[in-house]
Amino acid sequence: MSKLSDLFLPGLISLSLLALVGTELRSHPKDDATRTHIAVWVGWSGFEYDTFQSVVNDYNKSQNKIFVDLLSITGNSTKTLISTSAGVPPEISLLSAAEIPQFADAGAIEVLDDACRQRGWTQDKYVPGYWDVLQYQGHTMALPATPSTVALYCNTDILKRSGYDKPPETIEEMDKMVDKITKVEDGKVKLAGFLPAEPGWWPWGWGPYFGGSLWDGKSKITMNTPENLQAMKWVESFSKRFGPAQIQSYRSGFGVFASPENAFLADKVAMEVQGVWMHNFIQKYNPKLKWVASPFPYPKDRPDMKGHTIVDQDIFVLLKNCRHREEAIDFLAYVQSQGPMEKLCLGQKKSSPLRVKSPEFWAKQDNPSIRLFDDMAYSKSCISTPKLGIWPEYSAEISNALDEVSLLQKSPEDALKAIDERIQPKLDQYLNRLEKRRTAGK
Amino acid sequence: MMRRKESRAGFLFALPWLFGLVAFMFYPLLMSLYYSFCDYSALRSPVWIGTDNYSELFHDEVFWICVKNTLLYACFSLPLSMVIAIGLAMLLNTNVKGMTVYRTIFFIPSLVPMVSLAMLWLWILNGDYGVLNTALASIGIKGPNWLSDVAWTKPALILMSVWGVGNAMLIFLASLQDVPTSLLEASELDGASAWQKTRNVTLPMISPVIQFNMVMGIIGSLQVFAIPFVMFPGGIPARSTYFYAMYLYDSAFNYSRMGYASAMGWILFVVILLLTLIALKLSNKHVHYGGV
Repeated sequence: MSKLSDLFLPGLISLSLLALVGTELRSHPKDDATRTHIAVWVGWSGFEYDTFQSVVNDYNKSQNKIFVDLLSITGNSTKTLISTSAGVPPEISLLSAAEIPQFADAGAIEVLDDACRQRGWTQDKYVPGYWDVLQYQGHTMALPATPSTVALYCNTDILKRSGYDKPPETIEEMDKMVDKITKVEDGKVKLAGFLPAEPGWWPWGWGPYFGGSLWDGKSKITMNTPENLQAMKWVESFSKRFGPAQIQSYRSGFGVFASPENAFLADKVAMEVQGVWMHNFIQKYNPKLKWVASPFPYPKDRPDMKGHTIVDQDIFVLLKNCRHREEAIDFLAYVQSQGPMEKLCLGQKKSSPLRVKSPEFWAKQDNPSIRLFDDMAYSKSCISTPKLGIWPEYSAEISNALDEVSLLQKSPEDALKAIDERIQPKLDQYLNRLEKRRTAGK
Repeated sequence: MMRRKESRAGFLFALPWLFGLVAFMFYPLLMSLYYSFCDYSALRSPVWIGTDNYSELFHDEVFWICVKNTLLYACFSLPLSMVIAIGLAMLLNTNVKGMTVYRTIFFIPSLVPMVSLAMLWLWILNGDYGVLNTALASIGIKGPNWLSDVAWTKPALILMSVWGVGNAMLIFLASLQDVPTSLLEASELDGASAWQKTRNVTLPMISPVIQFNMVMGIIGSLQVFAIPFVMFPGGIPARSTYFYAMYLYDSAFNYSRMGYASAMGWILFVVILLLTLIALKLSNKHVHYGGV
């Protein structure tokens, strides 16, 4: 009996090891053993992931040398950072374009200039707005995955009830519409024409929408400019008109984005800035909603900014020190070709970053505004995040400043000054340390 | 000979744990101390910068906002949780029919995962249609915007912290059951009231457990992270819920400033150590060990 119990622990350990080996064999079936495996990590899930998995399956079937192991990961960029730091990165990771400087400055991603030359991935092949965000310090650091621009979604029923038959052209026009549409009864907001904080995903975009810039393109933070001040005052004007507490109370009744209680889908906000993907959610949660999308209004005195948009793009990066660089480039080449790219973008209900699109691509799109989103990416006033390694910190500071201004805790002037005063020394320090590292070759 | 053999076997069995302790505790601990003196982003090799991270922290406005928020939270949530945990434990220590059911009911909330808890409280505390404000409205009180009013976000989190008192309550309950009945009976014979019995017999007898729970509470409340991280991303509104551990996490993983985050980690460690030592020193006079 005692001998049997002596065998229990070693037996358990052996069984666990066998199970591990079995799992490993299962995840790498024998027929794939001869192929080179490359790891591709993405943050997509649901139908977006399924579409990409289908593209990956096509690639895996199209040849017999490389096998792509696709993995959907929550918090992909953090996990990519950790795995890269540990020296075991995946070959390819899906990041957002705003993350390029952070990864590039740290030397964590490959410069793709040579691959671009060899494979013909040039500026002419891509829509300008989508190509520009891939460039950092004169180099191509990433390739497009699925792109998006953002526009002003309008609930046409609500607009009609207030006597409007089309979206606003200028910001001044929009303000008048907001005043007319917004309903306040007994000190409570019952309907909002527009709220800058809803959904509040691009808080840094208001300044550029008024013609402002967030940096000088080199080393200076430029938040404290007349255009950015105008934008901040515009954001503040909503709280002054309708009351910060009233807006807070109204917003607290909004449901989460992907639900029928979404403020725009539930007819609580008449106009909202959203990306091309909003169409999917309208179809899913409120297909009866009548809507139209148009470029976000421009300041009356800046007609040159007509048709401007924020470019928001998922990108593929090739991680440095990955095991199979050439194989990864081969897969990227496949995805960047017209057929697979159109399959991916169509499945995710987005436009393609490639200039050339097939007639079938357009014919199969069910988003009535898809061409608008595509056209906007050709605009000369495309807005994207500043190519700064400290952007996440800068962005958090802008969000906080907008919060303080919206709550009337700080004046727009003080809020902008505070951002400059906090972020400029951080940028100086960041650039100094980066320079020192470069000089030291670290 | 047999003894040495047993020792060797014991050591071998403990080896995996020892390896884990060294690899996953001591090594990261020492490395984080080193990184706290470095410019380190996790993606590039660390560069020694002396005490720059520490001096920058002391001039960092956001750091002090987080310190203030965290201390405020700890100062209110810790005593409140302790009092409620002791109170509940005392109630659950009475001789009532179906007590095991009550004990289970009061303990279950502490088993709910943090993220689920956060989602649940988002609904309870919703200013417009939340359960809490609906209940308050039924008795004629207009509830605040718990989740978006700067003045109410921290009280909301303090209120939520009470939800997790189950563990402390269980420990108190175990210690209450160890209070010698002979002492309680003797005090009863001496004519002590219920409060006098609690004040002079029960509380002194469970004082080591109170001290233990207080120390654990100090550590836990100063490291508050998961619930505000899910409910108030970025410490919204206006950083009113931006806690120390959230800024540490952002510095490490969002801002790629692992050295800075390491310095924050070590400051927190020293602060917790000091507070724990102070708490132990102050409470030692009032802690009664039965066997001593």
